[in-house]
Amino acid sequence: MATHDKTLAFDAGWSYAPAPESTDHIAIDKRYGLFIGGDFVDPADGGYFETVNPATEETLSSVASATGADVDKAVAAARKARDGAWSKMKPAERGKYIFRIARLLQERAREFAVIESLDGGKPIRESRDIDIPLSAAHFFYYAGWADKLEYAFPGRRPTPLGVAGQIIPWNFPLLMASWKIAPALACGNTVVLKPAETTPLTALKLAELIRDADLPPGVVNIVTGAGDTGAAIVDHPDVDKIAFTGSTSVGRRIQKALAGTSKKYTLELGGKAANIVFEDAAIDQAVEGIVNGIFFNQGHVCCAGSRLLVQESVADEVIEKLKTRMETLIVGDPLDKNTDIGAINSAQQLETIRSYLNVGREEGAEMYQSSASVPEQGYWCRPTLFTGVSQSNRIVQEEIFGPVLSIQTFRTLEEGLTKANNTPYGLSGGVWTDKGAKIFRMTSRIRAGVVWANTFNKFDPTSPFGGYKESGVGREGGLHGLDAYLSLEN
Amino acid sequence: MSAAAPIAAAGLPDLNRVTPVDEVGVNERVARFQARSIKTDAKARGLRLALSMIDLTTLEGQDTPGKVRQLCQKAMHLHDSLPDLPHVAAVCVYPTMVGVAREALGDSGIGVASVATAFPSGMSPLTIKLEETNIAVSEGADEIDMVISRGAFLNGDYSYVFDEIAAVKEACGDAHLKVILETGELGTLDRVRRASVLAMHAGADFIKTSTGKIQPAATMQVTCVMLQAIGDYFRESGRRVGMKPAGGISTSKLALHYLVMLNETLGGEWMTPEWFRFGASSLANDVLMQLQKQATGRYQSPDYFSID
Repeated sequence: MATHDKTLAFDAGWSYAPAPESTDHIAIDKRYGLFIGGDFVDPADGGYFETVNPATEETLSSVASATGADVDKAVAAARKARDGAWSKMKPAERGKYIFRIARLLQERAREFAVIESLDGGKPIRESRDIDIPLSAAHFFYYAGWADKLEYAFPGRRPTPLGVAGQIIPWNFPLLMASWKIAPALACGNTVVLKPAETTPLTALKLAELIRDADLPPGVVNIVTGAGDTGAAIVDHPDVDKIAFTGSTSVGRRIQKALAGTSKKYTLELGGKAANIVFEDAAIDQAVEGIVNGIFFNQGHVCCAGSRLLVQESVADEVIEKLKTRMETLIVGDPLDKNTDIGAINSAQQLETIRSYLNVGREEGAEMYQSSASVPEQGYWCRPTLFTGVSQSNRIVQEEIFGPVLSIQTFRTLEEGLTKANNTPYGLSGGVWTDKGAKIFRMTSRIRAGVVWANTFNKFDPTSPFGGYKESGVGREGGLHGLDAYLSLEN
Repeated sequence: MSAAAPIAAAGLPDLNRVTPVDEVGVNERVARFQARSIKTDAKARGLRLALSMIDLTTLEGQDTPGKVRQLCQKAMHLHDSLPDLPHVAAVCVYPTMVGVAREALGDSGIGVASVATAFPSGMSPLTIKLEETNIAVSEGADEIDMVISRGAFLNGDYSYVFDEIAAVKEACGDAHLKVILETGELGTLDRVRRASVLAMHAGADFIKTSTGKIQPAATMQVTCVMLQAIGDYFRESGRRVGMKPAGGISTSKLALHYLVMLNETLGGEWMTPEWFRFGASSLANDVLMQLQKQATGRYQSPDYFSID
């Protein structure tokens, strides 16, 4: 970046020496089978696929591809455990097992953090400080509910649904597994879980951990594979509940497949959240919140603040500060402790993001990218923003799932609100203002499952999470998250 | 505004238009700076830079010419067994010691900074503050560290504080003016931000957190807000203002965190003693111990580093 008269320059500064997190302490097997009935077993037809490190494109391991026959086996194991040991166990005992998983996760946090970053490309700072601690927190939180379900739903008789089929995405692999498994087990269900095909390793490590925790065989089963494996779980007649987190298009297919069945379901789908900055906001902290909103986890976040709506009187200032801040974001080796933005999760996702960058430019938007250097090998995208866009632009309407922010301005509160809600999605939103009254006016009218005020992308196991409209059905987390795994009808 | 006109000629800005500060957000930002891992070459460079930014300070009622001469000796010979060490930026003393320090430092290139304006409380009439400033400058001070009238500032009498700073700036002549906000008495980060804006518009060459006599002294949160104010002022006016956190920065690790914050808030142009200082007394030896450890791979006893 050239030094102009009044521009802050970050190119001639102090560059930090590499500070890579060590990988000596982790063990990844050359090949992983399917975790069914408490043991790793070979897939029925012997198929395997490779999982790669998106930062180096090197193969990390080979993972079984589960077919319908394998899913049958996994569901049968889950059913057996559900009807057997797990249902006969006192709820307090069930809680103890879940607490044990939580503690083991904490003990092995460093190992899980490194593997999460290796397999998924996210910066070690995030996997270490966010993904793994939050995963443990979810197990701790739901463990406490296991013997208190009657108090969660006074006057009702909560009973488990049975076997839960759970399909999770690649953006927060272990965290999504924890969001799904912890409440399911606390409510007395058993589980067949499928991790995403690009990020199966921490789920398989979790399977090892669950085996070490001595859970009764079959309570948790983990089957790896691609879309067909997921479809086999969704279509399986002996599954009582489907929990899916992923894209809206797949969510729609699942909802169609489930129509007319008695299966309960929760779908946590896409988003295109508005992050709304008013002129009276604390501007420097708002800029930081915009950065965290869109560049956290390379923008692979369903609740990412991917649409910035900024009040016109401060738009120039906010955009200039945003560009300045983007210059200081370090893109590169996910295992380096100083990395802010890691690798894009897969070649396919990078292709998707690039095609959206082209769409944005073809639609006439102005694109700005930071000048960060990126490694030659691996999948990378510099932090990007688009100005000169409107509600009609595809990059404003569609979920990009990458480090790409579109910026629009608004004049009045009503205009900001209209633009914020004018989207098929409704997962999250953000409001930045120093006025408490404005926060309440906005948050009560933004149609989104989560609205943050003067912060963004904050998660806690006690807080429900889920979407309006095309962002999904049902809530996960908190007390609401129990409801999704219980029958209250009797 | 012509080049010759004083900066303050443009008048007191509307402090109600200064952007608010969100404390939770500042804490999070600071935590990010502290999470940076500074190793090997970057650490060596950072430590040397920190050393060169120190205003080696003694501000005690019991200071004597002998004590000040010792401090100047330390400033010029930080640790002669380590080759090619930078010297500290300045020695910071009371006005009565300026002459002693000036003579002791000779042509070493180390500046003499003097606190003035009824340091640390600032509770004197303006005429006395100006006279004190004049004396310090005539004795040979290169830099004047003044305190703002916190009572007037908290009272909302911004123009009084503004005029006072402008007057002291004028009295400084060629000497650089550092304006101490005494953030530990301001109470909120919003006020820190406003006081920073006020001081810069009144002509401050540097803004400084604390006298060191009030707790809390410098914190990363307060310094973060002041650095952001400096950045905004630079964007508006094109004029660089320096930053000096003072008090409570005594370890290398903390000094490196401050440098990370500086590096990522204002960028490389500010990463020099010309634009950033640490007001500290015990920091130097901790940095020297770390540099010695980097050079030899071993920590030495504190007794191998002179205390003056």
